[in-house]
Amino acid sequence: MIPVRLDIYDEGLLLQNIRGGAVGMSKLLVQSSTNKKVILLLILAVLLLAPLFLSDFRLNLLGKFLAFAILAIGLDLLWGYTGVLSLGHGIFFGIGAYSMAMYLKLEATGGGLPDFMAWSGMKELPLIWLPFQYPMIAIMLGMIVPAAIAFLLGWLTFRNRINGVYFTILSQALVLVVVTLLIGQQNLTGGTSGLTNFQTFFGYPVNSPTTQTVVYLVTVVALAAIFLGCSKLVKGRLGRVLVGIRDGENRMRFLGYNTSVYKTFVYTVSGAIAGLAGMLFVLQVGIISPTMIGIVPSIEMVLWVALGGRGTIIGPIIGAVFVNAAKTGLSESYPDMWTYFIGALFVIVVIFLPKGIVGLFEKFQERWKRADVKDVKEPSGVTVRKNYSRL
Amino acid sequence: MSKMSKSQAVLQSEKITVDFSGFKAIKNLDFQVKPNTVHFVIGPNGAGKTTLLDVICGKSKASEGKLTFKNKYDLTKMTEYGIVHKGISRKFQAPSIFSKLTVFENLEIAMKQKKSLSGILFAKLKKDNKKKIDDMLNLIGLSEEQDKKAGSLAHGQKQWLEIAMVLMQEPDLVLLDEPIAGMTKTERMKTGELITQIAKDRAVLIVEHDMDFVKEYADVVTVMHEGQLLREGSMEEVQNDPQVRQVYLGRKVEAHA
Ligand SMILES: Nc1ncnc2c1ncn2[C@@H]1O[C@H](COP(=O)(O)OP(=O)(O)O)[C@@H](O)[C@H]1O
Ligand SMILES: [Mg+2]
Repeated sequence: MIPVRLDIYDEGLLLQNIRGGAVGMSKLLVQSSTNKKVILLLILAVLLLAPLFLSDFRLNLLGKFLAFAILAIGLDLLWGYTGVLSLGHGIFFGIGAYSMAMYLKLEATGGGLPDFMAWSGMKELPLIWLPFQYPMIAIMLGMIVPAAIAFLLGWLTFRNRINGVYFTILSQALVLVVVTLLIGQQNLTGGTSGLTNFQTFFGYPVNSPTTQTVVYLVTVVALAAIFLGCSKLVKGRLGRVLVGIRDGENRMRFLGYNTSVYKTFVYTVSGAIAGLAGMLFVLQVGIISPTMIGIVPSIEMVLWVALGGRGTIIGPIIGAVFVNAAKTGLSESYPDMWTYFIGALFVIVVIFLPKGIVGLFEKFQERWKRADVKDVKEPSGVTVRKNYSRL
Repeated sequence: MSKMSKSQAVLQSEKITVDFSGFKAIKNLDFQVKPNTVHFVIGPNGAGKTTLLDVICGKSKASEGKLTFKNKYDLTKMTEYGIVHKGISRKFQAPSIFSKLTVFENLEIAMKQKKSLSGILFAKLKKDNKKKIDDMLNLIGLSEEQDKKAGSLAHGQKQWLEIAMVLMQEPDLVLLDEPIAGMTKTERMKTGELITQIAKDRAVLIVEHDMDFVKEYADVVTVMHEGQLLREGSMEEVQNDPQVRQVYLGRKVEAHA
């Protein structure tokens, strides 16, 4: 219980530090991109050094949150930037997780039949499991399969102009289908209990502190890479085109854009990112089961993005870490409270924080900036305006 | 401009019919638009003017007939974005600009460029891109506002921005749906000048209600009534046509006089 609380405390402290640092710097921070970079580098440094000051248990938790954060960035690329709300990202996450889990399971059995298959009377490894004996193939499939499913579904729906709430319902239906398959095909998937009891990863004991630290660091690097990659994507002209599709898809068509190609592309990328997150998750948590990827988790993922601030790349990270830190703390000390908390959070975000934590943060910054401009140089309004225009 | 292209139509509509589940908003319409012309379409409410623009730009599908663009392309068989790339751009009745993007960015995504995913993914703002955008900003008088969010513009400025977005595609045929609705007198005059200016190198097809405006700037006027072409000619010819006066203009013109 105590380490769990400490963990929340740490996350809170981390957020406080970010905010405190920013406010302290805000005399210089007339939305300067160099300062933003400094803050981001500081966060990255703290994350990379975390193994030195966090216990194994807390490091493992943080790694899990960061895996969720990776997924949240991809989800926001789709929802916050492109305006396509998916309530089915648990599935892409799940496929990544299952791919990795299948490999881990096979490595644990030395290529033999996993226990649940033996119990259900199977004699040899089913075809679909064969590629997952090889770690590199399993890792690739963990991203390619979700990407392919997203591509197919996106291509069929967006091209036929199935949009908005209809798409959202379809994405939810996908969850039902996949979860039903996972539970129903017990001899292939392990059914409701999912896949667990892993031994080694690339030959190293998967649960040893050293392996876990390495996996944690890989997660941090993956998060940084996804963060940078997605930032670059949305800062380029593509970002403007996506916002255009979000705010006026028809208008974009009459400006000459085949919008369904763009939406399919973002959905596919987003699916691949979710798969990556799922793989990192399973390595650190050691189990994957249908309930972890079903409807409720899929909806929670959307809440991470909403709370952090959609339409930004940093927001989803903040949201995912914050909500999951709170969840870990609350649900382990007061298991009943979590559902109320998440419900309340949803209401608060929708009514009071439509732009999430980042929006709140920007509001403060705006206030500081205005004070600054008034204090220091009133006449140079033009240069100030130019400064933050084409960031 | 060669004599040939003067006499040839940019757009030729042959027996176009638009059917909304039984209701024919346009019936058997034969009609053409000539190059370098300011061509107005007028007619009472529900005459099918907006639908005519819709069917040209691919928003509505024709159930019958042919729409030939530049003697080559049958628009009835093309997608909206395909039509744009062949050289037709449309401004909608309500200003539809991207309010969260800056004025500059609105023009940037509108400009003529490879609009395929791979084109946009690797796009950079080149010098001549920037110059084209700057020139356009000058033309519509929004250079000062280029870094403002488009949502913060005044109504008239939004209309101009959208006209500019349409022009950035460098089209041969521009479609404008009631471009001066809701504008002040000065804004109307500016818009009129802008239209004259842009019609120097292309055809402009405009749906408009304001008869004074039509009178001032029209080269050709087409009167539509119940989905059909009632009369076509100069404003004067159209105004003096008894049939036109009866169904529509008469009332309006007298009211104006
Ligand atoms: N999408 C649609 N579905 C059904 N009827 C439509 C549609 N669009 C237009 N109409 C009908 O077609 C007729 C012509 O409309 P419109 O072209 O908008 O007229 P206007 O000349 O006033 O622009 C009207 O009676 C209108 O109700
Ligand atoms: Mg109309």
